Amino acid sequence: MNFKINDFHSGKKTLALAFLLGVTSLTGFAHAADIQLRNVSYDPTRELYAEYNPLFNKYWQGKTGDNVTVEQSHGGSGKQARALLDGLDGDVATLALGYDIDSLASKGDLLPKNWQSLLPHNSTPYTSTIVFLVRKGNPKGIKDWPDLAKADVEVVTPNPKTSGGARWNYLAAWGYALKQPGGNEAKAKAFVKNIFANVKVLDTGARGSTTTFTQREVGDVLITWENEAFLALKEFGADHYEIITPSLSILAEPPVAVVEKYAKQHGTEAVAKAYLEYLYTPEAQDIIGKHFFRPRDEKALAKYKDQFPNLQLFTLQEVFGSWEKAQNTHFADKGTFDQIKQLP
Amino acid sequence: MATAKTFRVLPGFGLTLGYTLVYLSLIVLIPLAAVFIKATSLSFADFWQTVTDPQVVSSYRVTFLTSLAAAAINVIFGLLLAWSLVRYEFWGKRVVDALIDLPFALPTAVAGITLSALYAKNGWIGSLLAPLGIKVAFTPLGILVALTFIGLPFVVRTIQPVLQELSLEFEEAATTLGANRWQASRYVVLPALLPAIITGFTLAFARAVGEYGSVVFIAGNIPMVSEITPLLIITRLEQFDVAGATAIAVVMLVVSFILLLVINVLQHWASSQGSRLKEGKAA
Repeated sequence: MNFKINDFHSGKKTLALAFLLGVTSLTGFAHAADIQLRNVSYDPTRELYAEYNPLFNKYWQGKTGDNVTVEQSHGGSGKQARALLDGLDGDVATLALGYDIDSLASKGDLLPKNWQSLLPHNSTPYTSTIVFLVRKGNPKGIKDWPDLAKADVEVVTPNPKTSGGARWNYLAAWGYALKQPGGNEAKAKAFVKNIFANVKVLDTGARGSTTTFTQREVGDVLITWENEAFLALKEFGADHYEIITPSLSILAEPPVAVVEKYAKQHGTEAVAKAYLEYLYTPEAQDIIGKHFFRPRDEKALAKYKDQFPNLQLFTLQEVFGSWEKAQNTHFADKGTFDQIKQLP
Repeated sequence: MATAKTFRVLPGFGLTLGYTLVYLSLIVLIPLAAVFIKATSLSFADFWQTVTDPQVVSSYRVTFLTSLAAAAINVIFGLLLAWSLVRYEFWGKRVVDALIDLPFALPTAVAGITLSALYAKNGWIGSLLAPLGIKVAFTPLGILVALTFIGLPFVVRTIQPVLQELSLEFEEAATTLGANRWQASRYVVLPALLPAIITGFTLAFARAVGEYGSVVFIAGNIPMVSEITPLLIITRLEQFDVAGATAIAVVMLVVSFILLLVINVLQHWASSQGSRLKEGKAA
């Protein structure tokens, strides 16, 4: 017997277990338990986790005999954090930025405040960066961030107020301007304002912006996650779009954490933790590279090094201190984003 | 008539009134009160600052103006539709009749995605408009299109039954009395339809003010240009600013309530005009 009755608190799981007991006692087959995990994630990870979940199940089945089904929930990162706080009982949160998981700790006590130190590499098993997707042949000759601020360029990005990816976009542009010779906060603000003056559609999430740029053919350039840009190339064909990597961008670290409160309620703490830890193994890191996220594992990174161009990356901590500071300065009410949008 | 107690065939006034009050409270008043109470967690200064923020004020303008315009468009074309459906027989009439309810049934997100695909510059309709320099998707015009789409059935479905009741004899009588076509429509048909037209307008308008799902896909959502108030409320909720979101919601509620009240008064006036006509007292 592999499962412990005490592990199953929720009514649904008890029912499922009772059913399973009935079935197995009738058939006399294996005594494996059926475990359900819910992974609350952001938009661009759909394809990654669709492939990772069966891999983890195979590993977990080999180790314990239990069958793990992972239910995925995807949406804008901020919206997903809100849903978790409002009671969506995900066992793990794999969101676009640390601030959203911080809010789970500070606003809902769903997990401990030191969550980011519980897993290797700041709890980020994969990284990405912010790049540009342009139409084939790059008709507007876009090479780097300053080209986005030119008057005749139309830019597509999601709204930083609702999209985690868009906050990375915004901070990447800000950081670029700061790091130019003679760069300062005022210049950075004017620079970002010029870019956002070129934005014609502000969707609420990264996937929405990809759709607007590709299927609705709006805009000359889409600012987006590197992995999302590759995915768009794969989906719609490299003969329609190309990826432009700027000279300097931000190292985007989308973190993962066990939502301890809900996992405890479900009795899934151990398997939830294993689910995230397994992301760091060579097998998982390979899938991560395959789905265009930058793997942490050196070997996997080396294997996919041709698809990730070299560029200078700065971290959020280095330029903005912390997510909380970045959030308050730029995206809170009356922050720089509100200011640049309201100025004529 | 003015007796204290009117005899009624069916008893149960106390029961029905009690039921009405309880039901209204549970379904409407308590949630609305909760919105107001939550908004009071802000100081007045904070409340005022939130609801008069330039971006928020601009969104009121976008929301209410596009909703009014969409309701007005629906009144004109909805009236024509209802008229054709009631007064004429034609092939496929039942299909057309069923189609009108489609915006009721379609999930609003589906409507929004479909409309934005059609009206984007590479869409079926958008590609025809683009050479003329008309952009619909991702402009305030796109919001108008979405709101007109979702509001249509409200107008048609309120005018249709009244028109069915309005017997042709009224128009014939007017004609035999020497009225020309314009006079018959203006002094006979229109006054009788006016209350239903105003109700249809009100319903379509109220529905449009609160619409979120279809609009966000086609609006472009640019602050100060094409951002609707419901989107700002959602944005605030996603930033964990519940009090700010409810403050804006309160303003929307109050403005909507005042507008609906004015429209109701208008409707009362219109139906008294209509009944005067029916009793033959019209000038």
